[in-house]
Amino acid sequence: MIEWVNTVLQGILTGGLYALFAAGLAIIFGVMRLVNITHGDLIVLSAFVAMVAIDVMGFNPFISLVAVLPIMFVFGYILQRSILNFTLGDDLLPPLLVTFGLSIVIQNLLLQIFSADSQRIKAGSLEILSIQLYENLSVGVFPLIVFIVAVFIIIGLQYLFSNTRIGRAFRATSDDAVTAQLMGINDRHIFSLSMALALLIVGIAGLFVGISTNFDPSAGPSRLLFAFEAVIMGGLGSLWGTLAGGIILGVSQNIGAKLDPGWQILAGHIAFLVILVFRPNGLFPRMRDD
Amino acid sequence: MSLLEVNNLDAFYGDFQALFGINLAIEEGEAVAIIGANGAGKSTFLRSVSGLVTNTADAINYRGMDISHRAASDIVGQGIAMVPEGRKLFPSLSVEENLLIGGYSQRAGAWNLERIYGMFPILKERRDVAGTALSGGEQQMTAIGRALMANPELILFDELSLGLAPIVINDIYESLPTIKQEGVTLLLVEQDINKALEVADRVYCFQEGRVSLTGVPRNLTKDSIAAAYFGSDK
Amino acid sequence: MINSSRYWVQRSTATSRLGAVLGIMLLAVLISVPYWGGRAEMRLLVEVFYILALAQLWNLLAGYGGLVSVGQQAFLGFGGYMLFVFSIHVGVGAVWTIPLAGILGALISLPVAFLVFRLRGHYFAIGTWVVAEVFMLIFAQIIALGGGSGASLPVSVVRSIASSRSVREATIYWVALAVVVAVIVVIYLLLRSRHGLALTAIRDSEEASRSLGVDNFRAKLMVYIFAAFGTAAIGALIFLTKLRISPAAAFDINWTTTVIFIVVIGGIGTIEGPIIGTIIYFLLREPLADYGSWYLILLGSTAVLIMLKAPQGIWGLISERFELRFFPVQRQLRWTVNDD
Repeated sequence: MIEWVNTVLQGILTGGLYALFAAGLAIIFGVMRLVNITHGDLIVLSAFVAMVAIDVMGFNPFISLVAVLPIMFVFGYILQRSILNFTLGDDLLPPLLVTFGLSIVIQNLLLQIFSADSQRIKAGSLEILSIQLYENLSVGVFPLIVFIVAVFIIIGLQYLFSNTRIGRAFRATSDDAVTAQLMGINDRHIFSLSMALALLIVGIAGLFVGISTNFDPSAGPSRLLFAFEAVIMGGLGSLWGTLAGGIILGVSQNIGAKLDPGWQILAGHIAFLVILVFRPNGLFPRMRDD
Repeated sequence: MSLLEVNNLDAFYGDFQALFGINLAIEEGEAVAIIGANGAGKSTFLRSVSGLVTNTADAINYRGMDISHRAASDIVGQGIAMVPEGRKLFPSLSVEENLLIGGYSQRAGAWNLERIYGMFPILKERRDVAGTALSGGEQQMTAIGRALMANPELILFDELSLGLAPIVINDIYESLPTIKQEGVTLLLVEQDINKALEVADRVYCFQEGRVSLTGVPRNLTKDSIAAAYFGSDK
Repeated sequence: MINSSRYWVQRSTATSRLGAVLGIMLLAVLISVPYWGGRAEMRLLVEVFYILALAQLWNLLAGYGGLVSVGQQAFLGFGGYMLFVFSIHVGVGAVWTIPLAGILGALISLPVAFLVFRLRGHYFAIGTWVVAEVFMLIFAQIIALGGGSGASLPVSVVRSIASSRSVREATIYWVALAVVVAVIVVIYLLLRSRHGLALTAIRDSEEASRSLGVDNFRAKLMVYIFAAFGTAAIGALIFLTKLRISPAAAFDINWTTTVIFIVVIGGIGTIEGPIIGTIIYFLLREPLADYGSWYLILLGSTAVLIMLKAPQGIWGLISERFELRFFPVQRQLRWTVNDD
């Protein structure tokens, strides 16, 4: 019995990481209806950036964010402003195919620079520290930190979108980009800022992924799929939904893995497909539908 | 120098030409109405001034400055705000947020939430509901308030009365003299000729993308307006 | 005034008639290759044929049906596995497993469509990818098919195609040629039919076509099933040439990546585009094969540039410039004007 509690608990904590993957995807979809197929590769890219910052500059893993976050923010802004803004419109093909092409380009550039070797960011004793909750039941300190950070990021994003000037501009532009211009909002700038914001979260997610699992240049697509599943399960456009979706994904994967190691990823996908059948709009759909 | 001076403006939607050599001038503090039938190019004209339609160069001068190629998002900061046709409130923003977003360009001026609520008390009561949950008239008030929050010198009103009940139209139009008294210049596009003539100091009539008549309301006869409105085959 | 009786709808053009003649000549040459061509050339041509066929099918899905799937490897790998299942465990002749895999692929595409058609637009793409992953993970669990490490085609099955190696290779070559010709002909006829008109309408404007009463869902479903049929059949063919299958190879996203780049670079939404794209892909691949990932970086950035700057692709640029159409699926309204 306690084993199952443990399985579920670890799954919930993993869900925090998946929520971080998903939040960036949810933001850019929410603001500009863009689905970014490069998302997973950007997570891996930022893990490599963190790795370089730690190995080359000798930073502590968490201090490396001082370098990683501005880089990802600026990269996101430029990526959107110089490329992706030109794909937005009624036609679905250009954004999909352009981000798909970029995904292959980023993967192969990473492969050229860092080789196909599997990497890991070392976080010292933090990796093994754990808190004993009960007999045979303990949680790792690091997964707990990831989960708490995820919750705080979602609270922060929720605040940003609901209560700030820039958040209103995000929502107004998402509603009606033309009328937003009449308010003095430069929609191209807002789109680029939303990508930059999404990549800030990707930067944090990248560091956490690098510490908690092995990664290599081809690891992006599966992160994209996890992010995507969490977004759809949670309900499009709902930030708390991404946390719920992430948790469902994490718990199903852990239960799957407990039954048979080969079923870990499969169980997550199946949970996603089941929810797609019974709740096609996710668990927390936004009232306004597009 | 006029506040807004438009010289020989052409406007296009793709290959379709919607405006042909429009000349128009507005002095500071005036209320000017543009009337005309559906498809006469009135709304296109407003969209040109606000930067939503690409224009011929040098055609639009605001305070002596060429704004024909300015982005729409820049023009608000110059002091031109618009109340778009159909109100176009942002559905995911509350009434108050819709008003606040109107002040996004952070142009200095006397307008603030309190004054808007003073002018339209009903909006204060309903400040927290979604903009789109309001009645048509309340939505129009919000749209006017939203434009005022930009602290404009010139407001463009696109079809204020469209889709509203006559009694509501009266309420909305009552706010215009107040706004004018604050020194804001008004440019209205309006299908309801009587309403337009009530508030306007001067009138332009558009027909098929051209100015067909201009004058002061009391000097215009019904016949001259009708001819300018519908065109004459004689 | 224009007299209405002087309008007519034209579909064939001088170039299309010339194209038909050239096409038949080219086909005759291709059929004769096993009698004079070398082994290496035949192998390369087989690959060209199946990649072109895959590209045509993906183009039908995305370019005409608006169904941007990045998970067609689900059907490709499924078809490949059906070759192994039916030739090894049921004893069906290896070549006959190709149409059989197609039929089974079409059947399995029904429940898949039930799932992924719930996802709109962009999310459809990623949903198809999830399904492909699920296929891969499930086949990796089947011990009888070699689990995660895969299986080889027994010599007896290979021999059953033909006892001599040259006849075997010629057979596979002709089958591959037949598959690609069949795919192109069927797509061409489909697009010229009433359904094709509906598809073109959907491609041009989903909203407008719906208001005209075009049944988008049925048209899209039909295209999806047909693409699954073709892709699964081609999957069986591909692994008949490879003789070895594993979940990672069968359900590799790179199958779809390659095909997407070919279609985008060649020109999406035309039959000529994938042909041009396939030619470019193989012409560039031979000299650039040694550069590995730089080749993919080049292809990826080219596809991105084309999508941004010339979304109709290379064929679009050519046909616009010279008004060429070898596969006239569009109807052109022609008229003469009287001067009086």
